[in-house]
Formats: sequence, C-alpha cells, structure tokens
Amino acid sequence: MSADTDVEVLRRQGRIVVVGASLAGLRAAETLREQGFTGSLTMIGDEPYEPYDRPPLSKQALLGRARPEDTALPRRRDIDAEWRLGVAAEELDRDAKRVILANGDSVPYDRLLITTGTRARPWFHPEEAALEGVFVLRTRDDSARLTRKLAGGVSRVLVIGAGFTGSEVASACRELGLDVTVAERGPAPLVGALGGVIGAVADRLQRKHGVDLRCGISVTALEGDDVGRLKRAHLSDGSAIDVEVAVVSLGAMRNTEWLVGSGLAAGPRGIACDAGCRVFDVNGIVTDDIYAAGDVARSPHPLFDYQFLALEHWGNAVEQSKIAAHNMICAGPERRPHLWLPMFWSTQFGVNIKSVGVPSLGDQLGVAQGALAEERFVAVYGYRGRCIAAVSFDGAKWLGFYEEQIASGAPFPLEYRTVDRRTEMLQPVDPAFPDPHLPTHGATVTLTGHSPTERRVEFVPAHA
Amino acid sequence: MTPDPISAQIIDYANRADPYPLYAELRKTPVIREDDGTYLVSTYHEVRSLANDPRLSNDTSNRLPGYARTGQPAEETGLPPSFIFTDPPVHDRLRDTINRPFGPPHSPRFLDDLRGELATVVSGLLDAFKGKDQVDIVEDFSYPLPVTAICRVLGVPREDEPRFHGWADALASSLDPSSGGDNHQEEAQRARQELGAYLADLIETKRRHPGPGILSALAPDMTPADLEATAVLLLVAGHETTVNAITNTTLTLLRHPDVLERFRNEPQLAVPLIEEVLRYEPPVQFIPFTTALADIDVAGTTIPKGSPVWLMLAAANRDPARFHDPDRFDPDRKDNEHLGFYTGIHYCFGAPLARMELHAAVPELFRRVKFSGLLEDPPPYRANAVLRGPRHLPVAIDGLTA
Repeated sequence: MSADTDVEVLRRQGRIVVVGASLAGLRAAETLREQGFTGSLTMIGDEPYEPYDRPPLSKQALLGRARPEDTALPRRRDIDAEWRLGVAAEELDRDAKRVILANGDSVPYDRLLITTGTRARPWFHPEEAALEGVFVLRTRDDSARLTRKLAGGVSRVLVIGAGFTGSEVASACRELGLDVTVAERGPAPLVGALGGVIGAVADRLQRKHGVDLRCGISVTALEGDDVGRLKRAHLSDGSAIDVEVAVVSLGAMRNTEWLVGSGLAAGPRGIACDAGCRVFDVNGIVTDDIYAAGDVARSPHPLFDYQFLALEHWGNAVEQSKIAAHNMICAGPERRPHLWLPMFWSTQFGVNIKSVGVPSLGDQLGVAQGALAEERFVAVYGYRGRCIAAVSFDGAKWLGFYEEQIASGAPFPLEYRTVDRRTEMLQPVDPAFPDPHLPTHGATVTLTGHSPTERRVEFVPAHA
Repeated sequence: MTPDPISAQIIDYANRADPYPLYAELRKTPVIREDDGTYLVSTYHEVRSLANDPRLSNDTSNRLPGYARTGQPAEETGLPPSFIFTDPPVHDRLRDTINRPFGPPHSPRFLDDLRGELATVVSGLLDAFKGKDQVDIVEDFSYPLPVTAICRVLGVPREDEPRFHGWADALASSLDPSSGGDNHQEEAQRARQELGAYLADLIETKRRHPGPGILSALAPDMTPADLEATAVLLLVAGHETTVNAITNTTLTLLRHPDVLERFRNEPQLAVPLIEEVLRYEPPVQFIPFTTALADIDVAGTTIPKGSPVWLMLAAANRDPARFHDPDRFDPDRKDNEHLGFYTGIHYCFGAPLARMELHAAVPELFRRVKFSGLLEDPPPYRANAVLRGPRHLPVAIDGLTA
C-alpha cells in the first residue's frame, strides 16, 4: 500500500529529470504528461536546440530539400518542462539523487530517465580529424556544415565507411552531381547490418550510380595542406586520392562516459536495463528510480533468446521511451515490457530499404519475393529454423507480413507460394555476415550477450 | 427452406440501402466459408492482414477451375488484365510507370495543378442550383466533377466526355458479382470494346501529337494494350467511386444535422469528416476478386490454396474490435485508420485525387447551399453491391450563398 501511495505522490509532485533532449527524451516527456504526471519535469540536453529529427540530416538536408534547422520534431502536446539546453550532464550522484551539469549546477530527481543516445565515432587521429574538410554526420550542426560545404562545390568527396549513414551521404552526393569515393573496410556496403549477400546488391547499386566504391580497403591517413585543409587521403592498398571533403561514417558511440563512477551498468555498449527500461547497476541488480531508452539503452528481448539488444533505430526510440515513461510513474503490476520488434529504414540511390527483426542474427537467407538482380525484393533471414528478420529493397509494404512471421516464430525456410516468388533463390544460403569479432560500423543492432553488465563484478568464493 | 448464403444476401438489391446489419452478422464468423468454397473475411485485423499477405493474389487466373475470373479480359479483346488484376512483378512495373507522370517523386505538381479547374467546375455546378428548390445531388453535383477530373488526368478532350458516361457505367457494374447474368457481362464487354477502340485512337493520336495528361506521358513507355487497359481502369475506378464518395458524404451529413451544423462553423472539420465518411460508408464495399496462392491460416480457419477470397472492407470498417462504437458517425474519431482506400500494394492509386475532389466539392457544397432536407431516405441505390452508392439523391434546398 505504501508503494502505491508513493507512486501517487510521485505522479502528483515528483521531480522527473530527462537527460538527453532528442527524440526519445521528448516522446517520453510527452507520455509522462499524457499519463497524468503533474510534477516537475526537467529536460537536459548538450545541444543548444530543442528536439529535432535526425533521419533527414543525411538525406533531404544534404540535397537542399529541407534546411537542417527546419527539422524540429513535431510536438504532440505541451510538456511544461524546464529546459536546460546547451549544457551536458557530467556526473550522476545516485546517493544524493542528483545530476551534475557541466556548468556545475546540480539537478535533483526522484526519477531519472537517461536518453543520451549516441554520437558519431570521430576519426581516430585527432589532428587529422581537425582538418578543414573532414566531417562527421550526426547533429544538426554537422549536417548544416556539410551541406554548406557540398553546396559550395567540391572536386571529390571521400566517404569513409559504407554503413547506412555513409551510403546515404554517398547517395546524396551523387544526386548533387559530385564525384564520390567510398572506402569500406568490409567486403561490401551495409555488410555489418545485412550481410554479404545483400551487401553485394548494395555494392552494385553504388557502382551503378557512379560511386567509386573501394571495399576491403581502409583509410590509413588524411593529409592536409599548409593551411590545414584536407587535400589527400591515403589508403591501405598504398594508393592515395586527392579529396577536399571526407565524411567519416564509422558508426556511433554511446554517450555513457558521464556515468563512469555512477555504479550503473553503463559502458561502450550502452546502458543495460530490463525489459521495463529500469537500469541495472554494476552488480546486475535492477534500480527502481533510473530508466533508460533509445539508442543508449540495451535490454533483453524474448524473441532473440533474451539477448540484450541495443537498437539505433528511430522507431525504437519512440516506442521504448513511451514504455519507460509509463513505467516510471506506475506501480509494479501496471508496468509494461518493451517488446518492440526492431525495424529501420534507409533511402539511398533511389531505393527504399527497410528491415524488420535482427538480420545479423541470421544463419541462413532466402529471397522470398522478387529478385536480388532487380534490386527489388524481400529477403528473409532464418535462425535455427525459424524466421528472425526480413529486409526489403523497394518492397516495404510486404514487411508487415514478415513481421508477423517473425513474431510468431514461423519456420524457415518459407515453403509456401507467394506473389512474385522466383525459383532461383529458393535454396537458402549463408547470409555472409562478417566475423562479429572484427570491427564493423554498419550494424544498427548490437547483440550484447546475456549479461546485464559489462564490468565484471568481483566475487571471491570463501575458502573451504 | 435454407437461407441464402450471406454473400447472396449482400448482393441482393433489397439490402443495398443498409447492408450493415448483414456485415455485423458476418463478423460473428471472421472467416466464413460459403458452400461454393468462397471465403468471406469481415473483421478488421484479418482483412488488413490478408490484404498485406503475399500469399493472396489479385490475379484471378490463380483460381481453381469453376470460379469466376473477374478482371480477366475475354481473349478476343487482345487486352492484358489491368494492373489491379495483376501481381508483382508485373503489377509493380505497371504501377511504377503509371505513377511517374501522376504523383511524387517525379510529378509532385501534377494533381495540385488541377485544383483550380476542379474549383471552377464545382462553382459552375453550384451556380446552377440558383432558383431551384430541389436538386439531385448525384446528377447535378457528384457526377460531373469526377468525369472532368479523370478526363484531365488522362488527357481526354472535354467534348468527348459525354460518351464516357455510358461506358463507365457499364464497366463499373461488371465488377458487381450479382452481374453474373450473361447480358450484363456482354454489355460490359461491349462497352469495354467501344471504349477501347476510342482510347486506342486517342493513344495513337497522343503518340503522334503529345498533349497534356498522363496518356501522352506514358505512350512512349508502355505498350498500346497495357496503356489502353490502364486507361479503362483509371476511368472506371476513378469515376464511379468518387461519385459515390461525394454523394455518401452529402447523404451522411444530411442524416447527421448536428455534425452538419458544426461543419458550417468549423470548416477545418472537413479533413476528419471526409475520412470518417470513407470509414462509415466506403465507396468500395468489398474486394471480391482475391485468391489464395497457398493454404492460409487466419483466425482459426484454413483458407485452402486456389480459393476465392472476398475481403469485406465495409464490414471491417465497422469492426468494434478496432473502432469504438463503430456504427456511430463520429468526425472526432482519433486514429481512424480505415480501409476505405484498401491497404497494401493495391492501395487505391487515385486516393490523392479522390481526396482532392472531395475537398474541392464537399466544403463548398455545404458552405454555399442551405439544405432543408432529404426528399427520399433511403435514396434509390444503384444495383452494384461493390461500388455501392445512391443512383439519385433528391434534396430540398432553401437558398444559395455566393
């Protein structure tokens, strides 16, 4: 009974602090208000902007169809929050239940939601990364800078890394009529997320659209001129290319550094939380006042052997933040699990790519509809004899069906007839994922094992 | 005496004015098998899921022998089936091609550029109400607008429009499963041949002297036969359905004076109101021409491979498991994801045009015309159970605003 009373008091006059003022943070705040939370709400964000949408930044914004500053997220309702924008959270003091900001301010909470997301992985060499002409693409400012640069006319753009962001940048550059070289360490574009079989299709798409694609190659150094402007890139095959612009697209890093020393199970793979978004401490014990959602969170999913999934997906941020918000102001039995089926999309080289499930878990792949050669198909991934994921190229309308198949654990391979079923790919093949131990930068789903915490908890058995 | 199968009752003209009690009866068994092996699916989630199921085909040649093969032209016409009766990859190729001059990304302004002309047509039709105390909404208002719209879209000369009425009527009624009678089908085939001959001429002319409209734009990219089949489909589907949508909206508003009153004061109600009509009185009531390509388990029933499947959109739109208080006409309804334009890859190609026409017609009609009531309720309906709508909608009017 006292717990119920506590929840009631919390809903009426509690203090909720959201660290991370992007998509997940905003949708969580809206959900809190929608569900009757009337206490104080503080939104902390390190960027100076109110929440904005990121997907257009690597697509429409680069093409000049939308200005990066016009991508503010639509508001579903007034959230009556205190905004602390442009100042990062620097430390979490769980004992005192407060968040300490970079400017020294301290913000007390009764419930804390962590939605700090990810940032672009920078070029590994800081001096080279600082050259004029070297870009990453994650924020509105990144996009505005890159758009300005591209619009000014450049001789050649080098895209480092052919994951989704890199491929979208390359696509936009080609659409702008710019010469593009893409350097990808793996055997094909998108290989980390979708495997080598589908990667080969992406490979063909890029070349067809005039990209100078170089796979199995890494960029070893970026060279500047006397005044610090990028002029050349050196590649691992010993060659060099003259470029004015390099877009570093090496994936994302989770923003968890500020939690070092907090005692939470937070590390480079994200913040471990339970299916109800409650964060684990380093001992693997669940907290009850700290929640996580969006790109930075990783939580167990029953469809995928209860492995912890960290999902860098727009839809996941929306759904998980709603669950987190709901659970933050509910008593135990009313809490809900986050059972969202992973899903993401991309647009590149005139093709809509969409994925549902976790392709990288697949041990087999079959083309269910269409044909790889036509760049229009639905491919289904199997895992130990059941459907685990599906990817479409210009076939997104079918994915709802495959989502149901995945959710119901339908057997793989698919043996029934469908429209547009071709015979040549009926025999399942190895989807050709690279060795997961090798670094990749294309995957937007990370399977992070069963353990809730990265750090090893010391346990010394008593001597007999 | 055993009762008629429920599909026969739905098709029975006696139930045309109000088929909804039958649909409610139907929903008690979400997937029902009729004696001839046809399956009727009537609940929202099941209809939605099947419409998006790649095991369901729109190509009726996949039906087992003995079943009607709707949409398969008689061999002597030499025409291919229109894209609504095809599956991928043929379907996707045709639809992608046809969309190029019609909508985004290639032609984002094509439809928008028609707005002015549609508004002019609406004004002219309403001006003609002046001095009258009663009008037939169908003949005097709903019917002429979509003809103009579709003729503009295709690039058909205005002076040929009257000839289209008869052809469109005959073809639309051939989609009706009740028209199994030979006369009806023969009439439809004849209409299609005449229309086909006309269009073949027009297409040839457009090929030599390109003009406005999508036929000219498509002539270089499509075979004459495919283009002709497409033109016939767009004409029929874009015409009859929109007439019914405008008429149904008028009828529904006149039956709900409280909503009508609100609408007069809140013009911004037009968007949710029109969407709610598409849920409440969908112009395409059901899709009787899909076929299972494999055994499909749905709601505890297995639909065997080769079976005809009817997807009952109007029944699904009133499924209480999806829509709260579904028989209530409620323009404030949230999350109104109705199936009025279907769903999946065969989602109504002309939906954006239909919405534009509805928004050109309905707000202006109710802004300018002061109605004093329906003269006949229910109004007389057309025979067609699929493309269901009033044949006439006589109403009393009491003045016209400029």
